[in-house]
Amino acid sequence: MAEIRIENVRKEFGKVIAVKDVNLEIPDGEYIVLLGPSGCGKTTLLRCIAGLEQVDAGRVFFDGKDITDLPVRRRPISMVFQSYAVFPHMKVFDNIAFGLRMQRKPSDEVKKRVQSSSEMLHIEDLLDRYPAQLSGGQRQRVAVARAIAYDAEVLLMDEPLSNLDALLRLEMRAELKRLLNNLGTTVVYVTHDQVEALSLGNRIAVMRQGEFLQVDTPIRVYDFPAAHFVGSFIGNPPMNFLAAQVVENATALLVEGATLPIKPDLSAALKQGEQKVVWLGIRSENIEPQSFASNDVLPARVIVVEPLGSHNLITVRLGETVVKVNAHPDLELQMEQEIWLKLNISKVRLMDKESGNAIG
Amino acid sequence: MQSRRVLSISRVLNRLMLYLAAIFIALYILIPIYLIAVLALSPREVISQYPKPFIPQDLTLDTMRFFLNSYGILDSVKNSILVAMITLLIALIIGAPAGYALARYIFPAKDTYRLMVLTTRAFPVVILSIPLITTYIRWGIDDTVSGVAFMHTAMALPTTILVTSSIFIAVSKDLEEAAMTMGCSRFEAFRRVALPLALPGLAASAIFTFVLSWNEVFAAAILTVRNQTLPARLIVQLNQSPLHFRFAGGFFILIPAIIFMFFVRRYLFSLWGIKLK
Repeated sequence: MAEIRIENVRKEFGKVIAVKDVNLEIPDGEYIVLLGPSGCGKTTLLRCIAGLEQVDAGRVFFDGKDITDLPVRRRPISMVFQSYAVFPHMKVFDNIAFGLRMQRKPSDEVKKRVQSSSEMLHIEDLLDRYPAQLSGGQRQRVAVARAIAYDAEVLLMDEPLSNLDALLRLEMRAELKRLLNNLGTTVVYVTHDQVEALSLGNRIAVMRQGEFLQVDTPIRVYDFPAAHFVGSFIGNPPMNFLAAQVVENATALLVEGATLPIKPDLSAALKQGEQKVVWLGIRSENIEPQSFASNDVLPARVIVVEPLGSHNLITVRLGETVVKVNAHPDLELQMEQEIWLKLNISKVRLMDKESGNAIG
Repeated sequence: MQSRRVLSISRVLNRLMLYLAAIFIALYILIPIYLIAVLALSPREVISQYPKPFIPQDLTLDTMRFFLNSYGILDSVKNSILVAMITLLIALIIGAPAGYALARYIFPAKDTYRLMVLTTRAFPVVILSIPLITTYIRWGIDDTVSGVAFMHTAMALPTTILVTSSIFIAVSKDLEEAAMTMGCSRFEAFRRVALPLALPGLAASAIFTFVLSWNEVFAAAILTVRNQTLPARLIVQLNQSPLHFRFAGGFFILIPAIIFMFFVRRYLFSLWGIKLK
C-alpha cells in the first residue's frame, strides 16, 4: 500500500558495483519481480529497499517520502528471507506475533492477527510448535504468515520458494499469487527462476550486472525481449538466436541460404540502422517443423527428440546453430532426419549483433 | 578390482592405526587420572603401600576430608573460585562482543586481528613474569584476587573471542535481520534473537574460562604470596606433604575440570569446525 520510487540507486562492495545507478517506479499495489542470474544485484537492490544495505548513491522514496536514511525498523516493510529466518527459539505463534509485539499492539489484537494470517496460510494447527518440529514447507509458510501479520505497506520477498522441492514450490507459487493479490500490498519479489517470475509478477524487471535490461509485463518480456540476454534467460527452452544477413533494401533476411521476408515495421527499423548482420530471435513454439520443403523454409537436421507429453521438444542443427523446436507429438521424427523449419515471421524479434539490444 | 581391494585394505589399516593411536593417547592421560582418583579415595595405609593396588579395595572420604581441613586450603579454594568468577565475567564482557564483531562484520585487517588475538598466547608467561610482577607491584595489585583475575582474563581472552565468534557464526545473520525488519533496533535484534540462541554456547565458553583459571598455576603462583589460589598453594605445599595429601589435592583440583569439559566439549570442538551430533 505504498508506491516505491528508486532514483539512481548505486551500491558497491569494494570494487564490485552490485547495483549500477538504477531507476524504478513501482506503483501502489503492484507485484513486481526482480529477475536475473545470481550475482546480478537483485537481492542487493531488495536489501537497499529494506534498508539492510546502505545505498552508496541515489534515493529511495515510499509514497514520495524520502526514506533513504531511515533505519530498517522505521520503514513500513516486512520481508521474507530465502532461509525463512524463522526464530528457532520461539513457537510458531510467537514467531508470527513477534513484529506485532514490537509494535506494542494489545494482546487480543495480536492474537486476532496471528490467527487470521495463520489461517490464510493453513498453519493454524501448528501455532504451538517449535520451528524444529516443522517441515521446510511449513517453515516457509510461517515466514510468509509472519510477514503478512506485520501488515507492512511493502512486502519484500527474497527467493522465498527456492528452498522448496519442485512440487511444493508449484503449490506455494499459486497460493502466494492468490494471497498477495487479495492483500493488495506492494510486493517486490526477487527470484532467479524465470517461470516463477512469469507466473507471479504484474511486471518483471530483468537485471544483469546491476542494471535493468527490461521492465515490463511478463507477456511483453516473453514475447518482446528487449535484449539478447532477456530472450536467452526467459522461457523454457530459451529463445533461439540465428545469425541473419540483412538484404539490400532491408525487406528480407538471409538465414542459412534461405530468404525470409520480414514485417514492414522491422524493415523500417533496419533501414534506419546500419546493421549488415543481426540476431534473429524466435521461440521454439513459433517454429513449425515440416517434413517437406516449401517456400521460405530452412533445412535442418534432427539431433535429439524429447517427448514432453503435450509436445515433443526437438533439437535440430541448422547450419552451425543448434535450435530448439516444438513439434506436434504426432509428427514422427528420426535422428539425423532432414526436416524443414517454417518460422512464424510475425513472432520474429531482431537484435543488434554488437549490443544485443532489440531492433524495432 | 584388484587395486580397489588393495586400497580398501590400506584404508582399514589406516583406520586401525588411527584408533590404536587414539586409544594409546587416551590411556596415557586416563590411567594417571584413574590412579589419582582411586588413591585419593583410599585410606591412608593403602596409599603408602607398594605396589599400589590398581583396583580400589575399600573406599573412604577420610583422605579428602583430611586434605580439605588442612590449614589454608579452604581459603585458597575460596580465592580460586573468586578469581575464576571474576575472570569469567570480564572475559565474557570483553570477549563476546569481539567474537560477535568477528562473526558479523567485515572490517579492515580482520584476519590480522584474528591472528593477533592468537599471538598474545605465543608469549609464555614465564618470559613475562618479571615485568609482570614489577608492573603489578607498581600498580599495587600484586597479591590480590583481582590481580590474578586480570592476568587470567588476558590468558583466557583469545579462546573466548574465537569460541564466541564461532558461536555467533552459527546463529544466522538472517535471523537478526528479520528481527530488524519487524521493528527491532540492532541491539534489540541481538538481545531478542541472537543472544538467546547463543546462550548455551556462551555458557560453555564461560565454563571453559572458569576451568582455565581454576587450573592455572604459574601466573597465580608468582603474583600472590598470601592470597593464593588453590593451584598456587598446592604447587608450594605438595612437595613437602605426605603422599595421601598429594593425591587428595591432585584429585580435588581435577574434578571441576573433568566435569565441565565433558559438558562443553561440543562447543570446543566447534571452534575447530568439528560437529558432534
